[in-house]
Amino acid sequence: MSQTTDLIKYTLQIADNALVLGHRLSEWCGHGPILEQDIAITNIALDHLGQARSLYQYAAELFNNLPLVEKNDLFASAVLQQKINAEEPLDEDDLAYLRDGWDFRNVQLVEQPNKDWAYTVARSFFYDSFNFHFYTALQNSADKTLAAIAEKSLKEVAYHLRWSSEWVVRLGDGTAESHERMQTAINDYWMYTGELVTMSEADTAALNTGNGVAATALKQKWDEQVNAVLQEATLARPEDGWMQQGGKDGRHTEHLGYILAELQFMQRAYPNMEW
Amino acid sequence: MNTANVNKVYEWLADVTDPEVPVLTILDLGIVRNVQLQQTDDNETIATITITPTYSGCPAMDVIGMNIRMALLSRGIKKVNIEMQLSPAWTTDWMSESGKAKLKEYGIAPPIRKASGAGLGLFENDTIACPRCGSEDTQLVSQFGPTSCKALYKCNSCHEPFEHFKCH
Repeated sequence: MSQTTDLIKYTLQIADNALVLGHRLSEWCGHGPILEQDIAITNIALDHLGQARSLYQYAAELFNNLPLVEKNDLFASAVLQQKINAEEPLDEDDLAYLRDGWDFRNVQLVEQPNKDWAYTVARSFFYDSFNFHFYTALQNSADKTLAAIAEKSLKEVAYHLRWSSEWVVRLGDGTAESHERMQTAINDYWMYTGELVTMSEADTAALNTGNGVAATALKQKWDEQVNAVLQEATLARPEDGWMQQGGKDGRHTEHLGYILAELQFMQRAYPNMEW
Repeated sequence: MNTANVNKVYEWLADVTDPEVPVLTILDLGIVRNVQLQQTDDNETIATITITPTYSGCPAMDVIGMNIRMALLSRGIKKVNIEMQLSPAWTTDWMSESGKAKLKEYGIAPPIRKASGAGLGLFENDTIACPRCGSEDTQLVSQFGPTSCKALYKCNSCHEPFEHFKCH
């Protein structure tokens, strides 16, 4: 494996988080509890999608410059293999629409279902608390493109973190029912938070080349951020028990397949269609 | 005939407006980072225009790129490269003063503080004056509006809803 393939995997890890969470949030479009929050959540989804595009464009550019033998090793998806063997270049859309679940490197947290507003808020809050510190650190990446994407995205992620934190407080410190439902959501999604700050192979390789961020070093900042908001929200922090992981290496919960079935349907059924 | 020079191109770019906020030109917005002209051997001009997105997911960027192309094409520049530059990241500090005045005139409350300054804490909001009646008795309805760059407000004095171009 070359340094470039490692960098592609690392870039996809970040891009897939953004795409999958953006897709989940976009499922609220037209279903938000009130109009203003419907607009808010779809705006946030759009930010994630925009960030995913920048990252996929970069991953595709890196990929197209690889020697053929390395291209063949990177993705398992049959339709991508066909394109690669036909020596066609890949673009951002190929990476989003033509990879199968095991080629996706997002953390399992972001693929978890919306369920109700409290679960949606909990998932975003956990992720935003990580993402803010992650992009802050990634601004110092030795890779100039990743550093620039981080600098750009960080400003948007600051809004996301503020939005999800305010909702945790509003629901947690709200009525008896909203408190209970927020606490349940926090408890249920807690086991997916460990993966955010666990190093994958791609994380380690990126860290060693100076391109990436030490995910484990973000744990303390994540804890401080989460603890402060939970406390203000009068919510209890769950015990750090057994944590789910594997998403960064392509092992996902059953939910990702359903997301991809919807997200990728048009390109799979009508290849190269545009609208 | 070839009359293009960099100053001229900037004049032409002043005709390209933001499709979502048509009162602002892309120069008012501060998203044009560089203009570069190159002559080919057969005396054709290649223009490379570097722009920076306001927000990562802003769908207006594609339209703006196309409109730049059209503006230059109509002046005889057939080869136009649009390059996207992410860093340094765009901030509302780059918006011109005349742009801010135009926004207010148009009914959108312009950004009021330095984007590079300290951020706001949870549940903390800026006091934004109503662009119609000037009252400071206004309230935030949502930090997210019809486009990424705007928030929704309501004026408690004249009771009109209005948009605020966020300090970003």
